[in-house]
Amino acid sequence: MNIWESARIAVRALRVNKLRSVLTMLGIIIGVGAVIAMVGVGAGAQASVTERIESLGSNLIVATSGSVTSTGVRLGLGTQYTLTEDDAAAIAREISAVQVAAPSMKGKGQVVYGNLNWSTDVYGVTEDYLEARDWPLDAGRPLDAHDVDGATKVAVLGQTTVQKLFGDSDPLGQIIRIQKVPFTVIGLLAGKGESAYGWDQDDVVLIPLSTAKKKVLGTTQPNPRSVRKVEIKILPGDDMDEAEAQIRALLRQRHRLQPGDDDDFKLGNLTDVLETKEQAAQIMTYLLAAIASVSLLVGGIGIMNIMLVSVTERTREIGLRMAVGAQGRDILLQFLVEAVTLSVIGGVLGIAAGLTGSRAISHFAEWRTLVAPDTIVLAFGFAAAIGIFFGFYPARKAARLDPIEALRYE
Amino acid sequence: MALIVIEELTKDYRLGSHTVHAVRGLTLRVARGELVAIMGPSGSGKSTFMNILGCLDSPTGGRYLLDGEDVAGLSPGELARIRNGKIGFVFQTFNLLARTSAVENVELPLIYAGRPARVRRARAREVLAAVGLADRAHHHPSQLSGGQQQRVAIARALVNDPAVLLADEPTGNLDTRTSVEILVLLQQLNRQGITIVLVTHELDIAAFASRVLTLRDGRLQRDEPVLSPRDASVAQAQLEEEAVA
Repeated sequence: MNIWESARIAVRALRVNKLRSVLTMLGIIIGVGAVIAMVGVGAGAQASVTERIESLGSNLIVATSGSVTSTGVRLGLGTQYTLTEDDAAAIAREISAVQVAAPSMKGKGQVVYGNLNWSTDVYGVTEDYLEARDWPLDAGRPLDAHDVDGATKVAVLGQTTVQKLFGDSDPLGQIIRIQKVPFTVIGLLAGKGESAYGWDQDDVVLIPLSTAKKKVLGTTQPNPRSVRKVEIKILPGDDMDEAEAQIRALLRQRHRLQPGDDDDFKLGNLTDVLETKEQAAQIMTYLLAAIASVSLLVGGIGIMNIMLVSVTERTREIGLRMAVGAQGRDILLQFLVEAVTLSVIGGVLGIAAGLTGSRAISHFAEWRTLVAPDTIVLAFGFAAAIGIFFGFYPARKAARLDPIEALRYE
Repeated sequence: MALIVIEELTKDYRLGSHTVHAVRGLTLRVARGELVAIMGPSGSGKSTFMNILGCLDSPTGGRYLLDGEDVAGLSPGELARIRNGKIGFVFQTFNLLARTSAVENVELPLIYAGRPARVRRARAREVLAAVGLADRAHHHPSQLSGGQQQRVAIARALVNDPAVLLADEPTGNLDTRTSVEILVLLQQLNRQGITIVLVTHELDIAAFASRVLTLRDGRLQRDEPVLSPRDASVAQAQLEEEAVA
């Protein structure tokens, strides 16, 4: 007897007890559906995290002015600005993997418009800053070289700052005061959301670096060219670690550090943060999948239960089939195919349920869900495997019946 | 050579600590074309003997040759093959598959013989016609009378051209009229050359056989030929006369 013949007999047997078959399948439908929907939720969260971190710039290396040792006292990070605008220019010029290197200063500033005021982060930046940060504008124009060279009093505002100072009115062209210095608003930044570390990146005002040094943040540094940070964007496809090593070597050379000396700057990139966050999201995905798998397992036990009942009910049928020449393996195959048919049909319906479920979650809970084809294949394969695993014991029980006993069974 | 050759056949069962000797040394032969009735009270070993004869069970000792093949020491798988090809079973309770049409019930042994579907269907219809149920091929057992169900079961037993038809109390669940009807069919088949072994506890039924074997305590007590077996079709005519009167 071949598989096809067994499948025909199986489908016929399942149709005899339609309600029972459907209820048994329901276990698998819910199990497979839950696995697909939950993995979808997990993968969606993972993708959002990745995207959020990429919004910070995954190919960004940040050089921060470091500690210096002044007459034997090691001062903390950033107390003295060791990096300079010339360092930034040298990095951009000499390292081929660098797309752009943007020096910047940062300080807290009180920003006033009309009778509203707001304390925010004021960044002194160059025309390269937005490119380094992958930060588009919503409206207006960005700072350009002319603004930076001429130390003009213009500002580009982040979304949060706009909201706090202007509400719904149009800020473009308006005059705001930063530390009492009047600035014209020329551009509005697109929303960037929370950073990987959890602060609001939109709560910001960007002004030309030169203007910041002269008029707003002042400079307490001995060197007027010094800056707090250089944001360095690496060309896509170039190796981050190698670029970081080259930047380190260049800065050490420019700062005339001896081989044994500590760095007087700090290099960091967001790849590490990205990896940690992604790992966390992945763990969540696994956890959700594990919980959902439990329901699939319960569905499998349901199949086993119903198959055991079925074998008992059909003992005489089994005895008769054996009397007319069925071998043990024919009976085994018949019941195994029946169990697998239940789980496979349940699996197909479960995939439909899972896809519908994850759509519904996206729609109503407004969570992003992402159902990958391999999840579907995996869930389906798992369902079929459950049919074989939980169907085997009842099928073997049927195959091992003694035909004489089975024929006599009432 | 005889169709069935049985020599010093024994069957023991272990029931806990003691052994039950169900069959204690049977020796007999059944020739082709015989209609043998096996009789005996319960506990005589007749069921055990039928199970061994039907290759559902293996003997503990002795020889059993069926159609020239020694089946005493075969594995369960090989026994299944013998049951499929050489033996047709007819049971007291018919044992038809419910919710399965008559023709599909008849096809069942052919499925396990590995015949293709078209061949199966054609052969099953042919045999159903031979037992007089051509017009009932697509009826389910629940739509058939007891006599018709037993005819379907006989058709199923015949579908693989077996060497022997084993009927275990085939009329046990039927009324007198229908019993005679079935006996008419069995005698017809026997006249066509089919060997039949029939188990019964009714002398009336045994009277239709050409030979009666009586078992007692696992031994052959009597082995008598029936000099003039009753003709079932005559019995049927008599019954009909009585019904008219």
